[in-house]
Order: sequence, then C-alpha cells, then structure tokens
Amino acid sequence: MPSEWASLTADLVHAFGETFLMVGISGFFAIVGGLPLGFLLFIAERRLFWDNKAAYATGSVTVNIIRSIPFVILLVLLLPFTQFVLGTTIGPAAATVPLSVAAIAFYARLVEAALCEVDPGIIEAAQAFGASPLRIVATVLFPEALAGFLRALTVTLISLIGYSAMAGIVGGGGVGDLAIRFGYYRYQTDVLIVTVIALVILVQLVQTLGDRLAKHADKKGV
Amino acid sequence: MIELQNISIEFRTKDQVIRAVDQASLHIGTGEVFGIVGASGAGKSSLLRTINLLERPSAGRVRLDGRDITDLKGAALRRERQKTGLIFQHFNLMHTRTVFDNVAFALRVAGKQAAEIAAHVPEILDLVGLSDKVQVYPSQLSGGQKQRVGIARAIANHPAVLLCDEPTSALDLETSGAILELLKEINRRLGITIVLISHEMSVIKTICDRVAVMDQGRIVEQGDVYDIFARPEHPFTRQLVDRTFNLDLPERLTANLQGTLLKILFLGERAEHPLLSEAALRFGISVNILHGKIEYINNRAIGLLVALLGELQECSTHAAHITEPLTGRIAAAVDFIRQGSARVEVLHA
Repeated sequence: MPSEWASLTADLVHAFGETFLMVGISGFFAIVGGLPLGFLLFIAERRLFWDNKAAYATGSVTVNIIRSIPFVILLVLLLPFTQFVLGTTIGPAAATVPLSVAAIAFYARLVEAALCEVDPGIIEAAQAFGASPLRIVATVLFPEALAGFLRALTVTLISLIGYSAMAGIVGGGGVGDLAIRFGYYRYQTDVLIVTVIALVILVQLVQTLGDRLAKHADKKGV
Repeated sequence: MIELQNISIEFRTKDQVIRAVDQASLHIGTGEVFGIVGASGAGKSSLLRTINLLERPSAGRVRLDGRDITDLKGAALRRERQKTGLIFQHFNLMHTRTVFDNVAFALRVAGKQAAEIAAHVPEILDLVGLSDKVQVYPSQLSGGQKQRVGIARAIANHPAVLLCDEPTSALDLETSGAILELLKEINRRLGITIVLISHEMSVIKTICDRVAVMDQGRIVEQGDVYDIFARPEHPFTRQLVDRTFNLDLPERLTANLQGTLLKILFLGERAEHPLLSEAALRFGISVNILHGKIEYINNRAIGLLVALLGELQECSTHAAHITEPLTGRIAAAVDFIRQGSARVEVLHA
C-alpha cells in the first residue's frame, strides 16, 4: 500500500513541523522567561546581594502551582488566557501558550538547581574582590552554571515534546497527536509504532546534542 | 593598619542566638604577618571575614588605615574590597576559566584595561611560579598550583592586605611548606600585610610574627608567636602548644614510672647550660631523658625536655657522702632545675 505509506510520510512530516514549532517557541520562552526567573529564585533565596523573602516566596509558590497542575488541565485552564493573547484557542500556535507557561516554570526550577550547584566559595571569592552583583551574575554564575543550564534545557525540551502530544486537545497537532489519533483511535498499530520510533529518534537526537553542548561548556572534567 | 574593635558576630536561628565571635579586638600593624589560631568553629573564619566585611559584625567597628569601614555599602564597599586580597582553603577558582582568566578577573573587577591586564597577569603568574600554566584550566592543576593561582588572583590588584583562610589545610605537608614560603616572600617583597587563620600551631609558627588564639568566639590570648609558644597562659593555648611539641610518652613508659617526671622548658641561650648533669651530680640522683625537642621560632630557640629523676641504681663512691633521703634530694634537684630553666612542670611525682 504505497499510497497509504506516502500519505503517512506526508502526515509525519507535517506533524514534525508542528511539533518543532510548538517545542521551538515554548523552548524559546523557557529560556527567555525561565532563565531570569531561575536566577531570581536563586538570588532571592541565597540572599547574595538582594535579600528578598517576599520575591522568593512569590516566585517559588507560582512555580510550584504551575508545576503541580497536570499539563492537560493547565491547557484547559489557560484557554481564556490563550484567547486573550492570540485571539484563538485552536491550532499549534494556541498550544504554545500553555506549553510556554509550563516550560518557564519547569526550566526556572532547573536553572535554580543548576545555580545551586555552583560552589558558593567561587561566589564568595568574586564578592571578596569587589565584583558587582551584575558582574557576578554575568561573568561568574552564568559561565559556571552554563553546563547545568544546557542539561536542564535538554530535559525541558524533551518534556515539551512529551507535553506537546496533549496539544491535540486544542487541535495543536504534532507527532504525539498523530500517534494518538491514528494509532489509538483508529487502531492503526503500524502508524503508532512508526510515530513512536520517530519520537524515540527525536528524543535521542535532542539528548545527544544537549550532552555534547553541556560537555563542551563544562571545563571541570577536561 | 587593621583595627578590629569589640567585634561580635551573632547568628540567629529559630529559637536561639549563636555568638560566633564575642567581643574580639585586634590591632594588626602594617607589614605584619598575623595569625589567628583556634579549633574549627571557634569563629576565626567569621572574624577574618569582617576585615573585608564579607561578614558584617553585629557589633563593633572595623578600621583600615584609621578609616572606619564598618558601615560601607554598595559601590564604596566594593572599591574597599579591591584593596584586600583573600585566599581560601579550597582555592575557589572558577572552573570554566583558564589560569589567566581567573587572575584577570580580579583586574577586570578593578576596571583595568585589557592591554594592562594582558601585560600584568603573566608578571604575577611568574611571581607565584606558574608562568608555564597560563592557558591551563584549574582542573588540570595540583592543589599547590591551584593555591598559587589563588594567591596570584588575590595579589593582582596590589592589595594592602592579604587575608588567608586556612591556606594550607587542603595541601600535603611539603606543598604547605612551599605555599607558606611563597606567602612569606610576598609579605617581604611586596610589603603586603598578611592575616592568616589556621587550626595548626605549626603553620603559625612557620610564618607569623604575632598570633591571636581564639576559643569559642573569644580571643583568649594574643602576642608574639615566640612568647605564646614559650609561655602559653590560657589552658586552650597550652593544649595547642603541647600538641605542636607532641611530647607524649608511650604508655609503656608512663605505666610504671619510678621517680619524678619533669617537663623542663629552656629558652634562648639558657638551653646551652649543662643543668641536668649538674643536678645529677650535686644531688646524687639519676636523670633519664625520655623525650626532647628544640624548636626555632623566628630564629629563637625553645627547648623542651621530659626527664625522669630517680634513685641511682648503684651508689657510686663520689656520691657516698649523700645521706639525705631520696625524696628530699629530688625535691632539691627540682628546685635547682627550676632556677636554671624557664619553667618546670611536674608531670608525675
């Protein structure tokens, strides 16, 4: 049945396009939003140069709330917000809104954890030499935690690929959605298997790339 | 130069206030190598960090060169910190930067231009003996080399003061010696005042001119290192000094002692007088030396002997005139030795 395979290939290509779009955009927001939020959580809690319990508590609780809501439910809860931002609640673009929100919260926590891995002594040394907070963030914390940030980003992107499977609920499409629609609802096991294999390969690629970049950024083990 | 006045540091936990440093006062002169010694948790690290206000005192004042810096904040505090170097027990180098960049960091913080940094960093690395490791990452260096980078970074801005937080505690004995030698050289050649904390008297003895002894947040004793070693007053200091001299006797000897066991301290040229043989002859007793050591601190000698005074095994003819009982003779001998030495401690009678 070559025509059937041809249409499956076309569907797959299309679905991958949607997945890349959703994961790409929400991944971008994870970095843009999650990185600063992670720094904020770290700095406010460690009381390095900005002692602010309220900021930490607010940030931390918000992140926890977002992270404790199952993604399917977050997707539904955020429908009004999505409508407000994009003027629609349907399609891959609409799915990126809840995906981005989840990604920011997820990545922020991982960024905070990566920053906690930086030897406090190194920060103390920088303070002892009279480095300003901005300099410590940009030239000490950031490069020292960069490998951790990259590993965290890898984990985040892979989770986003998983989350994006649920985007079908809002007509988001993507590889996961394809697997559910054809493989599960239509009992086309072969489609299910092909999409799963495609997803496994995608995740492997992301992980390998992430590991390489992280290793390159991490000079500790050279 | 550095004046710490009634410094107290308190940490608040949920239900109590812990006083890490209790009313500590120090005066450290320009060009001095000053040691602070104490057990871990004695508060010496906190006290050291008040000098560059990494630790803010709960009470008391910090003065550098007569200027009160205790209340400095923000940019003014950061400028002040650039005049003080700090080295750490665990080096605290940035892993992701080369040796060059670790040293350059301190210069960049101080706002130096790239050209100046490029010229100055190799000079400093040369001074600490690392001119062949410029482009190497810290993970490729040994402990001693890492500490040399730490020192280079700390003195890059020509600070007036170098603070050393247990600088040799993570190093082996030989490397420790080399690092202390380097610190001494920096003190001599660049005239940088050094404040060093350590839990080991042996480190203090090697490098410091003066020392303060801390116990449970308080400075219990301070003074010239030689004097502290020669005449420790506080029980804690005595314990530290004793441990350094390490004159413990094996149990085999202490279990079955016959006679009077003395610990005798000689200072300076008195160590050269044949005091013990004279005591033996004059009082007709035997003197058995069980342990002994001579330490040189700032080129002055401290001699310590552990000797057992007892009955002569065979009454030799020239001592036959002695009729006094043994206990009396030993007591007289102890008195005699006491007059001829700096201090006598009776360990066992």
